[in-house]
This record gives sequence, C-alpha cells and structure tokens, in this order.
Amino acid sequence: MRSIIKYFGEIFGGFFSLLTGMKVTARYFFTPWKNVTQEYPENRATLKMPDRFRGEVVMPHDENNEHRCTGCGLCELACPNGSIEIITKSVISEDGKKKRAIDQHIYHLGMCTLCNLCIRACPSSAIKMDQTFEHAVWNRAELTKVLNKPGSKLMEGVKE
Amino acid sequence: MAFNIYDFTPLTKSIHDSLSASLNPTATLAVEWLIVGVAYLLFVALFGLFLVYAERKVCAAFQQRLGPMRVGPWGLLQTIADFIKLLMKELITPKRADKFLYNLAPFIVIIATFMAISVIPFAPGLASFDFDIGVFFVTAVSSVSVIGVLLAGWSSNNKYSLIGAMRSGAQIVSYELSVGLALITMIIFAGTMQISGIIEGQRDLWFIFRGHVPAVIAFLVFVIAGTAETNRGPFDLAEAESELTAGFHTEYSGIKFAFFFLAEYINLFIVAAMATIVFLGGWMPLHFGQFEAFNGVMDLIPGLIWFFLKVFAVIFLMMWFKWTFPRLRVDHILNLEWKYLLPINLMNIILMTLVVLLGLHF
Repeated sequence: MRSIIKYFGEIFGGFFSLLTGMKVTARYFFTPWKNVTQEYPENRATLKMPDRFRGEVVMPHDENNEHRCTGCGLCELACPNGSIEIITKSVISEDGKKKRAIDQHIYHLGMCTLCNLCIRACPSSAIKMDQTFEHAVWNRAELTKVLNKPGSKLMEGVKE
Repeated sequence: MAFNIYDFTPLTKSIHDSLSASLNPTATLAVEWLIVGVAYLLFVALFGLFLVYAERKVCAAFQQRLGPMRVGPWGLLQTIADFIKLLMKELITPKRADKFLYNLAPFIVIIATFMAISVIPFAPGLASFDFDIGVFFVTAVSSVSVIGVLLAGWSSNNKYSLIGAMRSGAQIVSYELSVGLALITMIIFAGTMQISGIIEGQRDLWFIFRGHVPAVIAFLVFVIAGTAETNRGPFDLAEAESELTAGFHTEYSGIKFAFFFLAEYINLFIVAAMATIVFLGGWMPLHFGQFEAFNGVMDLIPGLIWFFLKVFAVIFLMMWFKWTFPRLRVDHILNLEWKYLLPINLMNIILMTLVVLLGLHF
C-alpha cells in the first residue's frame, strides 16, 4: 500500500515540479519588455553598459591638461602580462630639486586582459577603467596607446 | 470558382468539374494529383520554415532574448535565408559510408512525414484522404520514419550517428505504444477511427471536455509521448548536442540535412494536428451543446483558422516543454514510458471504457 502511495506521490510530485518550471518560463515569455537583449548598433546613442563593465584603461586629465600619475611604476609591476610600460624622465622643480615624472605611460590594449589589477595598485588613482568597447582598428600598432596626453603634467598636490 | 472560407467542398468540386470538362478522366486524375502534390510540397516547405522561425522566436522569448531580428522585419526572412544557404551547401558523403542507404535515409524520413500529413483535414472539405482507419494510418505511417533514422545512423559510419539512431529507435518504439494507447482511448470514446467521423463527433463539445477525466489524462499522455516521438526536447536524446554532436544526422549536409530538419518540424505539426483532431475538435468551432447564440458566434470564425489556432496552441505547449525542461537521461526516458505512462494509459483505457459503457460523459 505504501508503495502505491509512493508511486502516485511521485507522479503528482513530478507533475507539480514541472509546472513550477513552466511557471518561471511563462513569466519570462509574457514579459517581453524585460528582455535582456540589446540591439546594439541601433541603440548606440542610448547604450548604457553595466557598472562593472571594463572596456580599457584610461588616464583622466582635467581641464588644465593635468593628470595624477607620478610615474611610480606600481601599475607596471602589478600588470600580470606586461601590458603597461612606464617611461619616466627627470624634471627640475621650482626649488631646484630633481624630480621623477612620467614621460610616457604606454598601454598595450591588445595584450590587456582587463583584470583591473593596475587600477587597484595605483596609489594616486591616476588611471581608471573606461567603459568604451569599440576597439576595432585596422592596424595592430594602433592598440598601443600613450595614456598621458602630450604636454600634460602632474596635478598639484598629488603625493608621491 | 465557388470560393467559401467556411467550407472548401464547393471549391474542390468546381476545380474537379472544370478539369473534367476539358480533360479525360485519367488526365483529370493526374492533374489533380499534381495539384495536390504541389500543394503539399509548398505547405510542408513553407510551414516547416515558419515553424523553425516560430521555434527560434518562442525559444528566445522563453530565455528573455529577442531571437532573429536582422533579416527582414523581425527576422521573418531568417529561415528562408538559412534554407537558401543549406541548398547551396556541398553534399558530403563520409568515405566508408554505405552510399545507397546513406542517400536513401532522408527520403524515407520525409516520405513518412508526407504520408502522415496527407490524412489531416485542415478545414471542412480540405483533406486529401478520408479513410475509415485514418488515425491508425497516421500512427502506422509516422513510425516508418524510425527506419529512416536507423538507416541514417547505420550508414553514416560514425559512432555518434549510430548511438543517436539507436537511442532514437528505442525511444520511438517505446513511446509509439503510449501514443497508440492514448489514441485508442479516444477511439473508444469516439467509436470510429475515421478522422471526419471523429471531428463530426465533436460538434456539440470537444472530446477533451466531453470525456472529462480520462480524456484529459489521455491528452496529457499523448502530448508527452508525442513530444518524445518527435525526438524533441526534453526527449532529444537522439541528437543530444552536448553528447552526440548531432546524433543520427551528424554526417548529413546540405539538402539532405534540410530534409531531416524539415521532417522534424513537420512531425511536430503532425503530432499537434493529431492532438487537435482527436482531443480539441479539429477544425470544429467551440460549441456548447444548446447555447445557440454562442455557437453561432463561434461559427463565424472559419474552420481553417480554428484548426491552425488549436494546432499552434499545442505546438506552443510543446515548445514550452522543450525550452523549460532539461534533457532526460536515457534510462529515465524508458522508465518514464514503461513504469509510468504505460500503466497509467492502460488504467485510463479501462476508465474510459467504463465512462462510455455507463454513459458518464457529456
């Protein structure tokens, strides 16, 4: 008798568990406005990437063409695959001291895995992840970028 | 031409009359065969393509996607483009394949499909055959396609194909039983195997309502077993992509692959159409016995539209199954058939016999 109860219990239990699954997919089916697909080239103007999306490393400059990079080279050390090369130069500051400054912050986008380690290593928040993603170029050399703009200099008050 | 959307008998009769007025009887018959053949070919090709499109769209909606959107408005021409691409593909035969059987297999599958579709009435007067054993004919013919599947698997000289074909064989042979018994349950109720007779029997109320409990059970069993018989998910073991690449049609390309593909979708239509005919009244509008006003309103919708509405409802149900449930393991599939569906089905036949004998139905 118990086995008969178990048999029919399994049938009805299975039946209702299937209905549970069908309820979930039916909810998806009848709420098409919640679809996750974005029709990309058409919605380019309004496209909003998710917050945690990483597109490429950039160095923000302010309106005076000043950045926060001191050329310490920690990002270069942090990079697991050598996508960053730091070339420094020495500049003479007003009080006559020799000081290290960034000459070229070279970033190889083609080798970058967008792991975010350089951004976390940077002590002065000089670089950040941008959300651009249209990186296609005709020539591989174009993927090697210099992040500090020509003629830019270190922002006042950034600790070394 | 006497065209009437509610009843196609005058149309077919006028075509027949105008043909026989100008031709001798043999030529008339030949021309009529030709017309019917071309009509079925067109229907199978276009409807199959549409079903593929519908499947992709429905699947996308179930997964919160959009599906094909690029070719034509809402991607309507996507499957046509796919089909043209398939036609242009090279036909590849594996090196040590059994050439004759390899080339024969897709034709067996598609011919079985055409034969099964031939007895389905789409609207009043729009059916090419009306046997007194119509339901039996459909079940008999639709199981012929398993021979094509087995041949395809065997002749491809490929282990994936062979395993897929064997699974498909075991599955179709098992589930054929449930499909047959579910249909027998309803044949007991209808008292005839003739499809026109079955539809006529549902003039007052569809069988699924008239036969209440046993009819509903039979409908559920039929839909489950029918899904399994068409080798669709969650019973798509025969072509389980993750295990067998593509199962029995791994080695097929181009138009031969298109035959298998088309046959699969038309089989889906056939199962849905049989469920519609036997349980949901075929092209018969929804009638409730004595409610003349209601019946009159329902009669305004042509039978053709009723038929396709119901077929699409059943097809949607089967797509819903496919895109909701994970694939069953092979021993679970046979368990489900032999330990659950078959005993339930046999009990259901007894129940239905009692219902008919005691007159407990509506």
